[in-house]
Amino acid sequence: MASLNKRSNSAAGRTFAWLDRRLGLAKPLTEAAQHPTPERSASWWYVFGSAATVLLILQVVTGILLALVYSPSAGEAWGSLQFLNHNVTLGWLLRAIHGWGSDFMVAIVLIHMVQVFLFGAYKFPRELTWIIGVFLLLLTLGMAFTGQVLRFDQDAYWGLGIGASIISRVPWIGGPLVHMMLGGPIIGGQTLSRFFALHVFVIPGILLALVGLHVWMVLRLGINEWPMPGRIVSKATYEHEYHELTENSGVPFVPDAAWKDAVFAAAIMLSVLACALYFGPFGPTGQPDPTIIQTAPKPDFAFLWIYAVLAYLPPELETPFIFIAPIVVIGGMLLLPLVAGEGEKHWKRRPIAVLMVGIIAVTLAIFTQLGTYTPWSPIMEAWSGEAIPVAYLQQRSPLERQGALVLQNKQCRNCHALGGVGGMRGPALDSLATRMTEDQIIRQVLQGGGNMPAYGKALSPAETRALVSFLMTLREKNLAPAVDASRSLTHAGAMRVPAKSDVVRTP
Amino acid sequence: MSTPHDPGAQLQPEGTTEATTAAAAKDALHTRRAFLFKLSLYLNGAVGAVLAVPIFGYILGPAFRKSASYNSWVSLGTVSEFPEGETRLADYRNPVTMVSDGATGNAACWVRHIEGKRFQVFAINCAHLGCPVRWFAQSRLFLCPCHGGAYYEDGSRASGPPERGLFEYEYKLVGNHLMIQAGAMPTPATEACAKKPKPLIQIESPSSAAPAQEAEAAERSSSWPA
Repeated sequence: MASLNKRSNSAAGRTFAWLDRRLGLAKPLTEAAQHPTPERSASWWYVFGSAATVLLILQVVTGILLALVYSPSAGEAWGSLQFLNHNVTLGWLLRAIHGWGSDFMVAIVLIHMVQVFLFGAYKFPRELTWIIGVFLLLLTLGMAFTGQVLRFDQDAYWGLGIGASIISRVPWIGGPLVHMMLGGPIIGGQTLSRFFALHVFVIPGILLALVGLHVWMVLRLGINEWPMPGRIVSKATYEHEYHELTENSGVPFVPDAAWKDAVFAAAIMLSVLACALYFGPFGPTGQPDPTIIQTAPKPDFAFLWIYAVLAYLPPELETPFIFIAPIVVIGGMLLLPLVAGEGEKHWKRRPIAVLMVGIIAVTLAIFTQLGTYTPWSPIMEAWSGEAIPVAYLQQRSPLERQGALVLQNKQCRNCHALGGVGGMRGPALDSLATRMTEDQIIRQVLQGGGNMPAYGKALSPAETRALVSFLMTLREKNLAPAVDASRSLTHAGAMRVPAKSDVVRTP
Repeated sequence: MSTPHDPGAQLQPEGTTEATTAAAAKDALHTRRAFLFKLSLYLNGAVGAVLAVPIFGYILGPAFRKSASYNSWVSLGTVSEFPEGETRLADYRNPVTMVSDGATGNAACWVRHIEGKRFQVFAINCAHLGCPVRWFAQSRLFLCPCHGGAYYEDGSRASGPPERGLFEYEYKLVGNHLMIQAGAMPTPATEACAKKPKPLIQIESPSSAAPAQEAEAAERSSSWPA
């Protein structure tokens, strides 16, 4: 206050005094900034929340700037993005910052959540802060998805199709829900307008309001103290203990803790900028024209793991899973602080919590990694684009080489790799004949099974014979072909005592 | 009116005049001003309820229309564009479009000319999650680029995550023109064709397929060479 009086002599000081007499914000804001923080919580581990908030502000600012040019019309959106990329001064950079800012924000919000979970910060009295945080995560993901839709390209178009297909599986009201989501019978102008309204008005509005509440509660309840093994949270005593801790050894948030938040936020901003400069903006990919079917749509990074899960779920489990799992997961996150609001905070005393974080992180990482190269997707051009390795054609009979042609022409390579090239939907065929007998191969080709369609109608007997004879040559390292053990016994209907070599097979 | 429930309350000393303040608060609830205030709340509640009708009616509008009501007959071109025994891609402009739809108002479908006047017209959208399936004439399969769903040439499910066959459009021949009943994007819940709905929890088996497809399915499963 002394400094205030000193400044009140100058013109700036008088203006400040005039304003604050009417606003009355100086005192509460100063108090909020200097609220006592447990000394050890002024830590580099406590910087993620503020970084997420700073990223949100960056997204709001860059979003408004993009909205100056973007045209939320299905006929024009794609063109306006091209215009932003190529014609508007630094439009490409603004798009890149907004896109990378989105990825960073999802990542930082997730890291913030993991930190809060491992430090037990969700426990009494901060349960509601956590619950609102869960909604903030969902809203952040909502922003990421709707933002991907506004980048109105092929991925956005078919991504909406995937969304509509998922929603259509809701029992009884699936159809009406699809039309409500799309704003009409097809993915079109009204769909984009809807997602524009969600991305620009609805979700940011709720997001900013909840961030305000979230920060308000952090100020009101105090920053979580550094957890200590054996320091048990109890509703009866916690507030008193926390009060004593901050009274005795607390430091003012500004400047003792805030400088770390500021440095980290600056580092994150610079990282966003660096990624934006180096990698550039995301897309747009091809035009959102559903008659262009030469496309392999893929969601943005944050949703790749869902894309992978949807590929691996057994068909009959899929619909129940996609409706029950989110309820269980989100419900579990919301109920967590209510169920486990007391007790140990330190991660060393919470092995299950640490294990859960580990398992969830590894699972998400694996599914995301799979999503980057989609081994379940047929490679549509492999049959016409990738030749059969020369080594597989040398010293082969004409029939076998004919079989190699059949393999190529019937698009087998789209799902099966040879020499490491081709689809990964089915197993690689390089050593097929060492694990399947001729009869098994014929059966599998003609009748299908597992993930393989039946080719009985697509192959003539001659083609089948050629194909199988080629497949029988695929034995890496010249291993012996797989043979039906009972075959020699019944061979040609001849009754004879089996020779010893027929029965005992050594590889 | 109420005791504070905030956690900080436990740190403050208990009020000794709680009984008297509670009584005063109770009296204050029954004054004329309190009555008028309550009345104003009810009034605004009623206004809110009235306003909710247009607001929700507007938002839910698209949900109340039946999928079939969007559909109408669209021409895919003359029959000669679809040679017998072949499956070809056909484009059309969706019958329900606005200016702002741009290219998204276009649509594509796969036309299989079986023979004579028998056709099958399949939606481009995979029955799994709606990605555009591609036809491979050599292996007589439709393949989906997203999750690897595969369908036979008659649209029935071959393998992969789809639980059923491709969506089919109703078709008719008007003169020399092939017409289909199109409009709403087909999803499991907004299918174009007026076929009986199939349970989603089961994978389609050959026996539950339409009778016309049954023979083909039987043929396929018995094509075991000697």
